[in-house]
Amino acid sequence: MAKKIEDISWRDLETGCIVKEAGSAREYLTGSWRSRRPIVNKAHCLKCGVCWLFCPDSAIVQLEDRYFEADLNYCKGCGICAHECPSACISMHAEEEL
Amino acid sequence: MDKRTIGVEVSIAIAEAVAQADVDLIAAYPITPQTHIVEHLSELVAEGRLDAEFVPVESEHSAMSVCCGSSAVGARTFTSTSSQGLALMAEIFFIAPSMRLPIVMALANRSLSAPLSIWNDHSDVMMVRDAGWIHIFTENGQDSYDNIFCSFRIAEDPAVMLPVAVNVDGFILTHMIEPIKYVSDKLVKKYLPEFQMKDALHPDSPLSMGCFAMPEIYTETQKAREEAVLGSYDVVVRAWKEWGELTGRNYSPVETYRTNDADICYVTMGSLSENAMMAVDALRNKGEKVGLIKIRLWRPFPFNDFFSAVNGKAGLIVIDRAMSFGGPGGPLALELRSALYGKQSAPQIVNFIAGFAGRDVTRDDFMSIMIEAKTRFAKDDTSGYVFYGVRE
Repeated sequence: MAKKIEDISWRDLETGCIVKEAGSAREYLTGSWRSRRPIVNKAHCLKCGVCWLFCPDSAIVQLEDRYFEADLNYCKGCGICAHECPSACISMHAEEEL
Repeated sequence: MDKRTIGVEVSIAIAEAVAQADVDLIAAYPITPQTHIVEHLSELVAEGRLDAEFVPVESEHSAMSVCCGSSAVGARTFTSTSSQGLALMAEIFFIAPSMRLPIVMALANRSLSAPLSIWNDHSDVMMVRDAGWIHIFTENGQDSYDNIFCSFRIAEDPAVMLPVAVNVDGFILTHMIEPIKYVSDKLVKKYLPEFQMKDALHPDSPLSMGCFAMPEIYTETQKAREEAVLGSYDVVVRAWKEWGELTGRNYSPVETYRTNDADICYVTMGSLSENAMMAVDALRNKGEKVGLIKIRLWRPFPFNDFFSAVNGKAGLIVIDRAMSFGGPGGPLALELRSALYGKQSAPQIVNFIAGFAGRDVTRDDFMSIMIEAKTRFAKDDTSGYVFYGVRE
């Protein structure tokens, strides 16, 4: 989206508020809902991708070094990645402690 | 062919109009008193006279859902319902205008349960008054037939792109056999161009409809919806004007009958207007200066036409066929009072609730209403409403 959402007037909207571009939900950052944050201990990570596979919000991304981590713009802190991780390398930490 | 006049049930005439408009899809669930409309359309499709999909859905919620999908791909779409069916489709009914889908519906107006009643009043349409549909009220069979064409023309105008409901009084109109002047297919082709949707769902040009909107943008989306409904007014008037030029049958947002020198006017919507005209004639014969104002276009509300019609009148007798329970009266009177609030020398309004669930409102009833209204005007007792004819 060219304009920031706060700058869009009703006149800018498409008829019926259709969205013509793909991936616009990326603009909508949902990480602020999170109360717990997943922290990856790379020393134990197998790079197996189970966390990536199970994340219900597709919020896990693979880095260039092939390790995985949560994109904090979208991670809700549900802890499913930590629960499913076969090597227990992901631990959940309260946001206020970080 | 242009001047064919046929004695036909109004429901059948409506279905014939839908077929002549060459719709692509009809999705509907039968409900009294709308049934004959969709039954006849189903026959027309089955016999091959109408090349359209007829989707016999399992509920009205699905009917409107199918219509939204169909309209979203750019197909000319029709449905019809009534009362409880409208209530069941209410969720999707609100989605159609906000996604700007030009669906046309014949709404056979009927009272809402409970107690169960299949007869006519305007409780059902008033329930969805605020959805953003364009609402036209018809007075007789010819209106109903004509306004199907006008509605497609209005709905599909690129400047409008909104659904239109043609409100037809259940039984009183739908089951009446009337002489209807049919128009030729050639005339329809001239009046109603092929529907070309600018942004239809298509695999070659992916887009999303009805997306999620955050608080930062929802207000803007609703302003756009409001502007679309308000902006449709000019197209409605133009569509009726062109129809009048082609057929000689003219419609306008607010219509008047013998109002020029009238002091007091009835205000009605739908089929009540015909009996009201008879009452006006009878009262005029007695020398009383009365007239009738008919609201044909309910949404967008034609404020300026209404102001012109009531200019200089002393009093209005607003007859409502619905009720806002626990509120200050019927929805029509509510809106007219609100529209006139703060206006210089606005006429006084008395509100009568009459004709619930098909109870007759005859010419004599209108004349009794006039007597009671005059008493109230004289006593300056015009607030609230009168439940006309209720047994105490």
